[in-house]
Amino acid sequence: MRKRIITISLIAAGIILIVVGIALKQPESVFSKAARICMECIGIG
Amino acid sequence: MAKKWVRHSIQAVATLLQNANFKGFLEGKIYQGPVKSVCVPGLNCYSCPGAVGACPIGSLQNYLSGLKFRVPYYVVGILIFIGALIGRAVCGFLCPFGFLQDLIYKIPFFKKNEFRIDKYLRWFKYIVLALFVLMLPFCFKLTPFFCKYICPSGTIAGIWLASADKQVAGQLGNLFSLKLVILGLILSASLIIYRPFCKYICPLGAIYGFFNKIALYRLHLDTNKCVGCKACAKACKMNVDPSVSPNSCECIRCGECVNACPHKALKMGVKKEASKS
Repeated sequence: MRKRIITISLIAAGIILIVVGIALKQPESVFSKAARICMECIGIG
Repeated sequence: MAKKWVRHSIQAVATLLQNANFKGFLEGKIYQGPVKSVCVPGLNCYSCPGAVGACPIGSLQNYLSGLKFRVPYYVVGILIFIGALIGRAVCGFLCPFGFLQDLIYKIPFFKKNEFRIDKYLRWFKYIVLALFVLMLPFCFKLTPFFCKYICPSGTIAGIWLASADKQVAGQLGNLFSLKLVILGLILSASLIIYRPFCKYICPLGAIYGFFNKIALYRLHLDTNKCVGCKACAKACKMNVDPSVSPNSCECIRCGECVNACPHKALKMGVKKEASKS
Protein backbone atom coordinates (compact mmCIF):
# COMPACT_ATOMS: atom_id res chain seq x y z
CA MET A 1 0.00 0.00 0.00
CA ARG A 2 2.83 2.39 0.93
CA LYS A 3 4.52 1.68 -2.41
CA ARG A 4 1.32 2.51 -4.26
CA ILE A 5 1.07 5.84 -2.41
CA ILE A 6 4.65 6.71 -3.38
CA THR A 7 3.92 5.81 -7.02
CA ILE A 8 0.76 7.90 -7.20
CA SER A 9 2.54 10.80 -5.45
CA LEU A 10 5.38 10.69 -7.96
CA ILE A 11 3.00 10.57 -10.92
CA ALA A 12 1.17 13.57 -9.46
CA ALA A 13 4.48 15.37 -8.80
CA GLY A 14 5.53 14.69 -12.40
CA ILE A 15 2.28 16.15 -13.73
CA ILE A 16 2.59 19.22 -11.46
CA LEU A 17 6.18 19.82 -12.61
CA ILE A 18 5.14 19.52 -16.25
CA VAL A 19 2.31 22.02 -15.68
CA VAL A 20 4.66 24.42 -13.86
CA GLY A 21 7.15 24.05 -16.74
CA ILE A 22 4.45 24.79 -19.31
CA ALA A 23 3.32 27.82 -17.28
CA LEU A 24 6.92 29.08 -17.34
CA LYS A 25 7.00 28.53 -21.12
CA GLN A 26 9.77 25.94 -20.79
CA PRO A 27 8.58 23.84 -23.77
CA GLU A 28 9.53 26.85 -25.92
CA SER A 29 13.18 26.61 -24.90
CA VAL A 30 13.11 22.83 -25.45
CA PHE A 31 11.71 23.58 -28.90
CA SER A 32 14.29 26.25 -29.70
CA LYS A 33 17.08 23.75 -29.04
CA ALA A 34 15.39 20.75 -30.66
CA ALA A 35 14.28 22.52 -33.83
CA ARG A 36 17.82 23.46 -34.80
CA ILE A 37 20.58 21.01 -35.71
CA CYS A 38 22.62 20.44 -32.54
CA MET A 39 26.23 20.68 -33.77
CA GLU A 40 27.66 19.07 -30.62
CA CYS A 41 25.23 16.15 -30.84
CA ILE A 42 26.09 15.22 -34.41
CA GLY A 43 29.81 15.52 -33.79
CA ILE A 44 30.73 18.86 -35.33
CA GLY A 45 31.13 20.67 -32.01
CA MET B 1 3.46 -11.61 -20.59
CA ALA B 2 3.98 -10.58 -24.17
CA LYS B 3 5.95 -12.93 -26.39
CA LYS B 4 9.23 -11.74 -27.84
CA TRP B 5 7.80 -10.83 -31.26
CA VAL B 6 5.14 -8.67 -29.59
CA ARG B 7 7.83 -6.69 -27.76
CA HIS B 8 9.89 -6.31 -30.92
CA SER B 9 6.79 -5.13 -32.80
CA ILE B 10 6.14 -2.50 -30.11
CA GLN B 11 9.81 -1.45 -30.30
CA ALA B 12 9.58 -1.11 -34.09
CA VAL B 13 6.37 0.94 -33.90
CA ALA B 14 7.83 3.15 -31.13
CA THR B 15 11.00 3.73 -33.17
CA LEU B 16 8.96 4.66 -36.25
CA LEU B 17 6.66 6.96 -34.29
CA GLN B 18 9.58 8.79 -32.68
CA ASN B 19 11.21 9.12 -36.11
CA ALA B 20 8.14 9.72 -38.24
CA ASN B 21 9.64 12.58 -40.25
CA PHE B 22 10.55 10.25 -43.11
CA LYS B 23 10.99 13.12 -45.54
CA GLY B 24 13.84 14.40 -43.39
CA PHE B 25 15.92 11.27 -44.02
CA LEU B 26 15.85 11.95 -47.75
CA GLU B 27 16.35 15.70 -47.60
CA GLY B 28 18.82 15.82 -44.70
CA LYS B 29 16.67 18.34 -42.85
CA ILE B 30 15.32 18.01 -39.34
CA TYR B 31 11.65 18.34 -38.33
CA GLN B 32 10.76 21.78 -36.98
CA GLY B 33 7.08 21.36 -36.14
CA PRO B 34 5.44 22.06 -32.77
CA VAL B 35 5.73 18.45 -31.51
CA LYS B 36 9.49 19.04 -31.20
CA SER B 37 8.80 20.76 -27.85
CA VAL B 38 7.69 17.42 -26.35
CA CYS B 39 10.31 15.06 -24.94
CA VAL B 40 10.18 11.47 -26.19
CA PRO B 41 10.63 8.72 -23.56
CA GLY B 42 13.72 7.06 -25.05
CA LEU B 43 17.17 8.06 -26.24
CA ASN B 44 16.52 9.59 -29.66
CA CYS B 45 18.66 12.51 -30.78
CA TYR B 46 16.60 15.55 -31.72
CA SER B 47 19.02 16.25 -34.54
CA CYS B 48 18.14 12.98 -36.23
CA PRO B 49 16.38 13.91 -39.51
CA GLY B 50 13.47 11.66 -38.59
CA ALA B 51 13.01 12.81 -34.98
CA VAL B 52 9.64 14.39 -34.26
CA GLY B 53 10.29 14.95 -30.53
CA ALA B 54 13.04 16.20 -28.23
CA CYS B 55 15.60 14.00 -26.45
CA PRO B 56 15.06 14.24 -22.66
CA ILE B 57 18.79 13.95 -21.90
CA GLY B 58 19.70 16.61 -24.47
CA SER B 59 16.96 18.91 -23.17
CA LEU B 60 18.09 18.43 -19.57
CA GLN B 61 21.67 19.36 -20.48
CA ASN B 62 20.42 22.33 -22.45
CA TYR B 63 18.82 23.71 -19.28
CA LEU B 64 21.77 22.97 -17.04
CA SER B 65 24.32 24.43 -19.43
CA GLY B 66 22.38 27.66 -19.98
CA LEU B 67 24.14 30.88 -18.98
CA LYS B 68 21.15 31.83 -16.85
CA PHE B 69 20.20 28.86 -14.68
CA ARG B 70 16.55 27.83 -14.62
CA VAL B 71 15.16 24.79 -12.84
CA PRO B 72 14.15 22.35 -15.61
CA TYR B 73 10.64 21.67 -14.22
CA TYR B 74 9.25 20.55 -17.56
CA VAL B 75 11.93 17.99 -18.46
CA VAL B 76 12.29 16.67 -14.89
CA GLY B 77 8.49 16.42 -14.68
CA ILE B 78 8.38 14.34 -17.86
CA LEU B 79 11.14 12.04 -16.57
CA ILE B 80 9.43 11.56 -13.18
CA PHE B 81 6.03 11.00 -14.81
CA ILE B 82 7.29 8.39 -17.29
CA GLY B 83 9.58 6.80 -14.67
CA ALA B 84 6.79 6.43 -12.10
CA LEU B 85 4.46 4.97 -14.71
CA ILE B 86 6.67 2.36 -16.38
CA GLY B 87 10.29 2.71 -15.13
CA ARG B 88 12.82 0.96 -17.36
CA ALA B 89 10.09 -0.58 -19.50
CA VAL B 90 11.01 2.46 -21.62
CA CYS B 91 14.35 0.73 -22.32
CA GLY B 92 12.73 -2.59 -23.15
CA PHE B 93 9.87 -1.30 -25.28
CA LEU B 94 10.24 2.31 -26.37
CA CYS B 95 13.91 3.23 -26.82
CA PRO B 96 15.09 3.27 -30.47
CA PHE B 97 18.74 2.78 -29.52
CA GLY B 98 17.80 -0.17 -27.30
CA PHE B 99 15.93 -1.67 -30.25
CA LEU B 100 18.98 -1.25 -32.48
CA GLN B 101 21.12 -3.12 -29.93
CA ASP B 102 18.48 -5.86 -29.70
CA LEU B 103 18.60 -6.31 -33.47
CA ILE B 104 22.40 -6.44 -33.56
CA TYR B 105 22.46 -9.00 -30.73
CA LYS B 106 20.28 -11.26 -32.88
CA ILE B 107 23.11 -11.67 -35.39
CA PRO B 108 24.62 -15.13 -34.85
CA PHE B 109 28.02 -14.59 -33.19
CA PHE B 110 29.96 -15.48 -30.06
CA LYS B 111 27.87 -14.34 -27.06
CA LYS B 112 29.05 -13.60 -23.52
CA ASN B 113 26.94 -11.86 -20.93
CA GLU B 114 28.55 -12.96 -17.71
CA PHE B 115 32.04 -11.79 -16.87
CA ARG B 116 33.81 -10.67 -13.73
CA ILE B 117 33.91 -6.90 -14.18
CA ASP B 118 30.28 -6.68 -15.33
CA LYS B 119 28.93 -5.65 -11.93
CA TYR B 120 31.56 -2.91 -11.58
CA LEU B 121 30.98 -1.60 -15.10
CA ARG B 122 27.29 -1.15 -14.24
CA TRP B 123 28.22 1.78 -12.00
CA PHE B 124 29.71 3.63 -14.96
CA LYS B 125 26.28 4.79 -16.19
CA TYR B 126 25.72 6.60 -12.86
CA ILE B 127 29.09 8.33 -13.30
CA VAL B 128 28.07 9.32 -16.85
CA LEU B 129 24.78 10.69 -15.51
CA ALA B 130 26.36 12.62 -12.64
CA LEU B 131 29.38 13.90 -14.54
CA PHE B 132 28.51 14.25 -18.23
CA VAL B 133 24.80 15.06 -17.96
CA LEU B 134 24.59 17.03 -14.71
CA MET B 135 27.87 18.39 -13.33
CA LEU B 136 30.00 19.25 -16.37
CA PRO B 137 27.23 21.05 -18.33
CA PHE B 138 26.29 22.94 -15.15
CA CYS B 139 29.87 23.95 -14.32
CA PHE B 140 31.24 24.73 -17.77
CA LYS B 141 28.09 26.09 -19.48
CA LEU B 142 27.02 26.00 -23.13
CA THR B 143 28.32 22.46 -23.67
CA PRO B 144 26.12 19.35 -23.54
CA PHE B 145 29.00 17.06 -22.56
CA PHE B 146 27.15 13.75 -22.91
CA CYS B 147 25.75 14.65 -26.33
CA LYS B 148 29.06 16.07 -27.51
CA TYR B 149 31.48 13.37 -26.38
CA ILE B 150 29.49 10.17 -25.88
CA CYS B 151 25.94 9.92 -27.26
CA PRO B 152 25.89 7.31 -30.07
CA SER B 153 22.36 8.33 -31.07
CA GLY B 154 23.68 11.76 -32.08
CA THR B 155 26.45 10.13 -34.10
CA ILE B 156 23.87 8.17 -36.08
CA ALA B 157 22.03 11.48 -36.65
CA GLY B 158 25.34 12.96 -37.83
CA ILE B 159 25.87 10.13 -40.31
CA TRP B 160 22.36 10.63 -41.75
CA LEU B 161 22.75 14.39 -42.02
CA ALA B 162 26.25 14.18 -43.51
CA SER B 163 25.15 11.64 -46.11
CA ALA B 164 22.29 13.88 -47.23
CA ASP B 165 23.91 17.30 -46.85
CA LYS B 166 27.38 18.06 -48.27
CA GLN B 167 27.68 21.20 -46.13
CA VAL B 168 27.37 19.12 -42.95
CA ALA B 169 29.75 16.49 -44.33
CA GLY B 170 32.36 19.17 -44.97
CA GLN B 171 32.37 20.25 -41.33
CA LEU B 172 33.01 16.84 -39.80
CA GLY B 173 36.35 16.56 -38.02
CA ASN B 174 38.14 14.93 -35.11
CA LEU B 175 35.16 15.10 -32.77
CA PHE B 176 33.04 13.17 -35.23
CA SER B 177 35.83 10.62 -35.63
CA LEU B 178 35.92 10.16 -31.84
CA LYS B 179 32.16 9.73 -31.71
CA LEU B 180 32.28 7.33 -34.63
CA VAL B 181 34.81 5.18 -32.74
CA ILE B 182 32.53 5.17 -29.66
CA LEU B 183 29.51 4.23 -31.80
CA GLY B 184 31.54 1.50 -33.51
CA LEU B 185 32.69 0.08 -30.18
CA ILE B 186 29.15 0.06 -28.78
CA LEU B 187 27.64 -1.56 -31.86
CA SER B 188 30.46 -4.13 -32.08
CA ALA B 189 30.07 -4.95 -28.40
CA SER B 190 26.32 -5.38 -28.99
CA LEU B 191 27.15 -8.39 -31.15
CA ILE B 192 28.64 -10.17 -28.13
CA ILE B 193 27.09 -8.56 -25.06
CA TYR B 194 23.35 -7.93 -24.70
CA ARG B 195 22.72 -4.15 -24.70
CA PRO B 196 26.15 -2.92 -23.53
CA PHE B 197 25.12 0.73 -23.87
CA CYS B 198 22.04 0.22 -21.66
CA LYS B 199 24.01 -1.77 -19.09
CA TYR B 200 27.06 0.43 -18.75
CA ILE B 201 26.62 3.88 -20.28
CA CYS B 202 23.04 5.12 -20.70
CA PRO B 203 22.21 7.97 -18.28
CA LEU B 204 18.52 7.79 -19.23
CA GLY B 205 18.39 4.12 -18.23
CA ALA B 206 20.13 5.08 -14.97
CA ILE B 207 17.38 7.63 -14.25
CA TYR B 208 14.50 5.29 -15.11
CA GLY B 209 16.19 2.51 -13.11
CA PHE B 210 15.66 4.53 -9.91
CA PHE B 211 11.90 4.19 -10.50
CA ASN B 212 11.82 0.43 -11.14
CA LYS B 213 10.96 -0.46 -7.54
CA ILE B 214 7.94 1.82 -7.33
CA ALA B 215 6.77 2.13 -10.94
CA LEU B 216 3.13 1.34 -11.60
CA TYR B 217 4.13 -1.21 -14.25
CA ARG B 218 6.49 -3.65 -12.61
CA LEU B 219 7.39 -7.27 -12.00
CA HIS B 220 5.52 -9.20 -9.32
CA LEU B 221 6.87 -12.38 -7.78
CA ASP B 222 4.52 -14.83 -6.13
CA THR B 223 6.72 -16.37 -3.44
CA ASN B 224 4.18 -19.13 -2.89
CA LYS B 225 4.69 -20.38 -6.44
CA CYS B 226 8.45 -19.75 -6.72
CA VAL B 227 10.52 -22.89 -6.09
CA GLY B 228 13.89 -21.16 -6.54
CA CYS B 229 14.81 -23.07 -9.72
CA LYS B 230 16.53 -19.93 -11.12
CA ALA B 231 15.10 -20.49 -14.61
CA CYS B 232 14.28 -16.77 -14.60
CA ALA B 233 17.85 -15.75 -13.72
CA LYS B 234 19.24 -18.01 -16.45
CA ALA B 235 16.88 -16.44 -19.01
CA CYS B 236 17.76 -12.86 -18.05
CA LYS B 237 20.26 -11.25 -20.41
CA MET B 238 20.55 -8.19 -18.16
CA ASN B 239 21.99 -10.53 -15.47
CA VAL B 240 19.21 -9.90 -12.95
CA ASP B 241 17.87 -12.62 -10.66
CA PRO B 242 14.13 -11.86 -10.58
CA SER B 243 13.54 -14.41 -7.80
CA VAL B 244 15.72 -12.28 -5.54
CA SER B 245 15.18 -8.75 -6.85
CA PRO B 246 12.27 -8.63 -9.30
CA ASN B 247 12.48 -4.87 -9.55
CA SER B 248 16.22 -4.37 -9.84
CA CYS B 249 17.41 -1.08 -11.34
CA GLU B 250 18.93 -3.15 -14.15
CA CYS B 251 15.69 -4.80 -15.30
CA ILE B 252 14.45 -3.47 -18.65
CA ARG B 253 11.11 -5.34 -18.40
CA CYS B 254 11.75 -7.48 -21.49
CA GLY B 255 9.67 -10.26 -19.92
CA GLU B 256 12.05 -13.13 -20.77
CA CYS B 257 11.95 -14.22 -17.12
CA VAL B 258 8.14 -14.32 -17.10
CA ASN B 259 8.16 -16.54 -20.18
CA ALA B 260 10.90 -18.75 -18.71
CA CYS B 261 9.24 -19.38 -15.33
CA PRO B 262 7.81 -22.94 -15.36
CA HIS B 263 5.64 -22.23 -12.32
CA LYS B 264 4.10 -18.94 -13.45
CA ALA B 265 5.45 -17.25 -10.35
CA LEU B 266 6.31 -14.02 -12.17
CA LYS B 267 3.80 -11.56 -13.51
CA MET B 268 4.49 -8.26 -15.25
CA GLY B 269 1.97 -5.47 -15.10
CA VAL B 270 -0.10 -3.14 -12.95
CA LYS B 271 -1.71 -4.90 -10.04
CA LYS B 272 -2.18 -4.79 -6.29
CA GLU B 273 0.75 -5.61 -4.04
CA ALA B 274 1.80 -9.26 -4.45
CA SER B 275 3.93 -11.37 -2.14
CA LYS B 276 7.12 -9.72 -3.29
CA SER B 277 7.41 -6.87 -5.76
